[in-house]
Amino acid sequence: MRNRLLISAILGFGLFPLAYAQPGSQLRFCLSSQPKTFNPLLVADDASDTVRYLTGGVLMRLNRKTQQLEPELATSWKVSATGKSVSFVLRDKVRFSDGTPFSADDVDYTMRSLMDPALHSPSGDAFRVGEGKMTTQVTAKNKITLNFPAPLVGLDKLFDQVAILSSHSGQKEAAVLGPYYLAENKSGSYLLLKRNPNYWKHDGSGRQLPYIDSIRLDIQQNRDIEMLRLTRGEIELINTLDPDNYDKLRERAPQMAVDAGVGLDSEQMWFNQVSSAPVPAYKKAWFASTRFRQAISQSINRDDLARVVFRGHARPAVSWVSPANKVWFNEKLQPHRFDPKTALSLLGQDGFQLQNGTLRDREGHAVEFSVITNAGNKSREKMATMIQQDLAQIGIRLNIVTLDFPSLIERITRTFNYEACLLGLVNDDLDPNSQMNVWVSSSENHQWNPSEKTPATAWEAEIDRLMRAQATTFDFKKRKQAVDRLQQIVWEQEPFIYLVNKEVLSAVSPTVHNASPVALRPQVYWNIDRLMLGTQVAGK
Amino acid sequence: MKSIRMVAILFLALLAAACVFAGRFAPASYAEQFRDLPDASCTRTHPLGTDDLGRDRLARLLYGTRVSLILAPTAALLATFLAGLIGAAAGFFGGRFESCVMAITDLVLAMPWFFLLITIRALMPLNVAPLTSVTITFALLGCLGWAGAARVVCADARTLCGSDMVLLARACGTGGTRLLWRHILPNLKPVLYAQFWISVPIFILTEANLGMLGLGVAEPLPSWGSLLRELESYSAGSSQPWVFAPLILLIITVSCFQLAVRKEEIRA
Repeated sequence: MRNRLLISAILGFGLFPLAYAQPGSQLRFCLSSQPKTFNPLLVADDASDTVRYLTGGVLMRLNRKTQQLEPELATSWKVSATGKSVSFVLRDKVRFSDGTPFSADDVDYTMRSLMDPALHSPSGDAFRVGEGKMTTQVTAKNKITLNFPAPLVGLDKLFDQVAILSSHSGQKEAAVLGPYYLAENKSGSYLLLKRNPNYWKHDGSGRQLPYIDSIRLDIQQNRDIEMLRLTRGEIELINTLDPDNYDKLRERAPQMAVDAGVGLDSEQMWFNQVSSAPVPAYKKAWFASTRFRQAISQSINRDDLARVVFRGHARPAVSWVSPANKVWFNEKLQPHRFDPKTALSLLGQDGFQLQNGTLRDREGHAVEFSVITNAGNKSREKMATMIQQDLAQIGIRLNIVTLDFPSLIERITRTFNYEACLLGLVNDDLDPNSQMNVWVSSSENHQWNPSEKTPATAWEAEIDRLMRAQATTFDFKKRKQAVDRLQQIVWEQEPFIYLVNKEVLSAVSPTVHNASPVALRPQVYWNIDRLMLGTQVAGK
Repeated sequence: MKSIRMVAILFLALLAAACVFAGRFAPASYAEQFRDLPDASCTRTHPLGTDDLGRDRLARLLYGTRVSLILAPTAALLATFLAGLIGAAAGFFGGRFESCVMAITDLVLAMPWFFLLITIRALMPLNVAPLTSVTITFALLGCLGWAGAARVVCADARTLCGSDMVLLARACGTGGTRLLWRHILPNLKPVLYAQFWISVPIFILTEANLGMLGLGVAEPLPSWGSLLRELESYSAGSSQPWVFAPLILLIITVSCFQLAVRKEEIRA
């Protein structure tokens, strides 16, 4: 009997060596910079966002894998039919990391702080709609209703970014409801997060999460050193890798390299269509022509861009919604084909002619324009060089100008002294509303022609109408139809010539268990409370 | 020693010939992208392999050498000429003139060139041909790179002014300008040579860094600077040692220039 028990214990230990909290276990990875703030309501940079994700407790969390909302501190919620209010039922017996109890008062306090104009909270901006103030009603210790002055489509998803603060704790934002709390901060060197002893979540077998005891976040700007540390076993993961480093890692330690598939980020090019821009009138006429933009788009070999520049770790882009966005992507659309002949035919319809290898417009001007991109971004510099050769095939001369980022932003937002620009869009949010500020013609971020008083073209007017329609209806089918049509308009008119969507590349040591990298941020540690560390030695 | 000098001259002559007739020696155009062969190893078709866009490295090295070998020494010559003129005059005339010139030199050295170059880039049109862009860049380097050398030249000129040779020339009735041109400047040759040779590789590397500001060599035109930038992403485990070819060529070329110049000329 005793032997059986011993065997069972050994077997049990052998089979389930990791299925409990691991005292002394430490997960290590790098941040590219020191977090600018530890106040979760003021997060605006990547490093602070990482700390917020690891320490903050939220009412509901977007499951990065299924892309569906899941209850966290709120066990249930209901958005009103008007879309102006949301009621939460909160989880009982939850405590902050310092032991203070969690209640509806904390949600009330957090939301009031978030909406305080004096705080200038970036997360709060998403909740600010219409004139008037948000009001709250605490109906019970575990029930609260938030009322907004105007309807907010996709209201519930916004709470994924709102870490709840304690209204009573003397530790202020240091008291957290997430899986970890900040135990040590050596500015510019490292951060140490320790397991929150009061974390409310438990696994299927009733064990308290998270499994890993602490997380050490080293501040490391140099990506090459970060790679070296990973292969030496000094860190366990790299959240995002560039294609070059990914391929190097795949050669050296294939078990560590993870390609999570296409992500939300896109690379695109656009022409300056600002009427007051210091660009010759004949060039403005080219850039305003849909056929010209379509021709340029069809002259660019997107497959080559993905294969050569991103070493196959990107896919030709279609429109403004990435295929990674399972809910909103319009699957009827395909990337524009590389077809210089059709491009020349389109240009011919606009009076362009190829003469001795040089494309000329109706008035005899040789077609030549410059494209600006940010210096130091090797992928973009390479893309621009490849586009230069592609366009040379149809007689267009492209001049590439790399600028430091502030100068580039100055040109595209203030002086408008540029002809075309090649940049990328980093996208965190799945909901189309997050790109409202890009597509509505009156917006400052409507890059090809910002702050239009009235839409300059009929298709821009249609984009405005559809964008507003989808932002004010709560009928998903209607929203989806509008967003599909929006993607089609952008695909046809090409105010942005979408080039590629990059794949999400990560590195995870085999010692990390339960890691399942996804396309959405934070790619590797989105399920941080379920990650475990094993004893397997990383390959080198 | 003579034979080493001859080897150096021969190497430089061969290099010059290879650059002038780059079109004949290069297996392909420096801009042509063989997109099915990015990062290719050395082959008969591409003796130095291809870069990450599939462009022939040998062709880019030959054309890049042509650009850098013409423009970097020209810019260095301009900077050295200015340094010689300003430094020698300051050291020779001395007194308040020297203080004034050296104050200006210090001001030039202390200038925030980064912001000035950003302003220059902002003033330049965007549609500039790659060759024009690189010529403007080297001209700028030549006009701005004299200050450090001028300080050295000034100190040397001051020492020369107090030498017995100059005292004798003065005693013989040699006037100011004649003294400067006939006695001081020729004796500054060694320091000017040294400043010139130091400036050449510095300007080549500066040109590579100016690419960050939208100045420098624009794609697809290659230069040693742009080729050396490829080494930024080189890792120890890389299996492509031939990416060091531009660096090796730079070192050999600068060394050969040093060896090719007679020591007597430097000492003169």
